[in-house]
Amino acid sequence: MFLAWRELIFARARFGLMGGVVALIAVLVVLLSGLSSGLVNDGVSGLQRLPVTAFAFAEGTKTDSAFSRSVVDVKQAEAWRGRDDVGDATPFGNMLVNAKATTAGGAQVPIDLALFGVDPGSFLAPDVAEGSRLGEPDGIVVSRTVLDEGVAVGDTVVIDRLGTRLKVIGVTGDQHTFGHVDVAYLPLRTWQQVHAGAGPDDEVRAGAYEEATAIALRARDGDRIDLAAGDAAVGTTSMTLEESFGASPGYTAETATLTLIQVFLYAISALVVGTFFTVWTIQRKHELAVIRAMGASTGYLMRDTMIQATVILAVSTAVGFLLGVGGGTLLTTTPMPFALEAGPLVVAALLLIGLGLAGAAAAVGRIVRVDPLAALGGQR
Amino acid sequence: MTTGSTSTRPDSRRTGAAERGGLLLEGVTLTLGDGDATVTALDDVDLRVAPGEFVAIVGPSGAGKSSLLAVAGALTTPDSGRVLLDGVDIARASSREKARHRRERIGFVFQSGNLIPALTSLDQLRFALDVAGMRAADGHDPHELLERVGMAHRAGHRPHQLSGGERQRVGIARALVTRPSVLLVDEPTAALDRARSDDIVALLAHETHESGVATVMVTHDHDVLGHCDRVLTMVDGRLSE
Repeated sequence: MFLAWRELIFARARFGLMGGVVALIAVLVVLLSGLSSGLVNDGVSGLQRLPVTAFAFAEGTKTDSAFSRSVVDVKQAEAWRGRDDVGDATPFGNMLVNAKATTAGGAQVPIDLALFGVDPGSFLAPDVAEGSRLGEPDGIVVSRTVLDEGVAVGDTVVIDRLGTRLKVIGVTGDQHTFGHVDVAYLPLRTWQQVHAGAGPDDEVRAGAYEEATAIALRARDGDRIDLAAGDAAVGTTSMTLEESFGASPGYTAETATLTLIQVFLYAISALVVGTFFTVWTIQRKHELAVIRAMGASTGYLMRDTMIQATVILAVSTAVGFLLGVGGGTLLTTTPMPFALEAGPLVVAALLLIGLGLAGAAAAVGRIVRVDPLAALGGQR
Repeated sequence: MTTGSTSTRPDSRRTGAAERGGLLLEGVTLTLGDGDATVTALDDVDLRVAPGEFVAIVGPSGAGKSSLLAVAGALTTPDSGRVLLDGVDIARASSREKARHRRERIGFVFQSGNLIPALTSLDQLRFALDVAGMRAADGHDPHELLERVGMAHRAGHRPHQLSGGERQRVGIARALVTRPSVLLVDEPTAALDRARSDDIVALLAHETHESGVATVMVTHDHDVLGHCDRVLTMVDGRLSE
């Protein structure tokens, strides 16, 4: 302690430079963590908000294309519902469309929508913060984020090419997006018409009303669903809700990229700290020999250096996080997918400090090899 | 007193209270290097330094003077022989015990002071107490000791702000602050001019007599030997009057 503090102050320029690097890395970590959370929200918040344990897709469906390729028979919901560990099961439709919204002022706004077809009476029907719940055949409940496009309750949305007219009757309380596209909930029957490619005046092809993308499953309270057994019995391929995130367009690639960058940042930070303390220890080799000759134990010297590392890491991480959160708060007001969440940030801070300490610890191992005998003679 | 090649005397520790203190080396041999290139650094060395005695060791480079300090200072383990500090044999101590002996019984004065760059003169002394796990009450009062070596006016200065002689004075005070029983001094005047050298060695002599520490000084500087109680010569690992 005695020497650690005094050296921190004496060599403040050197420690400051190293701390600056760690602080800048911390800023980047915060921004990437925010971007990560934002992209997760943008990619799968629509799925996360569903009160669903798992999805049963058509047999043999691959994860990456599950929501766009899978077609199941709505009757399979009955089969799933009959199973002991399933609390409820209901068909779920999912498709992406381009549309134009006509606002109250008469302006045409092009919007992309992820149509979630749900039975208005089922557990999938969303709660609304504004307007009314699903019910009318042409009524849709949209994600809160649609309001940013200038669309409001009462506006009309026309699906491109088909010409299907839908009316915004309600808005959810928070963000519901899927693959960076705002979610619009609509009655399953309307979804089936759109999915079959039928416009308002077209005949709906036979069998269209039997189709859905997947069966949404909800476990009985406190139960886990035995998906394998259910799949075998019903003839589906199931994924838990978390597994189905991988089916959201771009989700896996985005999260993998960001995770990779963050892993590199942690590694760089640990290496920078480790390198600094290696050089710092080598520079002080003679001084350390003198202190050892004075009778200091290895533990005494290591403790001193680890105190220095802890102080520098804690201070620079704190500074970096303050800057990062400050800058990030500005970003949350932009359309960028960015969300600051306490959980991931705390984990990031602990990782940064923990790995930095590991780097420093690897470096101070050198102290063991400093021979106090080197204090004799005239190396200075 | 006890130089030469007399064989070890097992009863030497019990010959009297006065002889129990200080530094005693008996039949110490040290070989350096390994394989073909071994050098006998210390060849059956006997040395007794009483508390309050100031002994100088002179000799050509490579004669084994530094090895003698290393063995007496618990920095190196000799191949054979006994090293007694205050009657305690430290020759076979583990490295952990050696560090403890260094903290508790030994003071080092290095060439050109070897002070810690980050610390002020006063903190050099307080740091030595901290390393030794002592409170100021157990050792000397750092302020008072700085005053005694004439450095009170430089208490707040760091080593780079001090002259060579001033650094050496602080170094002497640092070595004494833990009240060691043995003071080992390595070429204290190597970086100093003649007048300063004389001052420093006079200070060492004065502090040795004042605090009753057994002091061994290794030096090349024959001009300062007048301050010493005894002068021994070391040649090829052998010590003689």
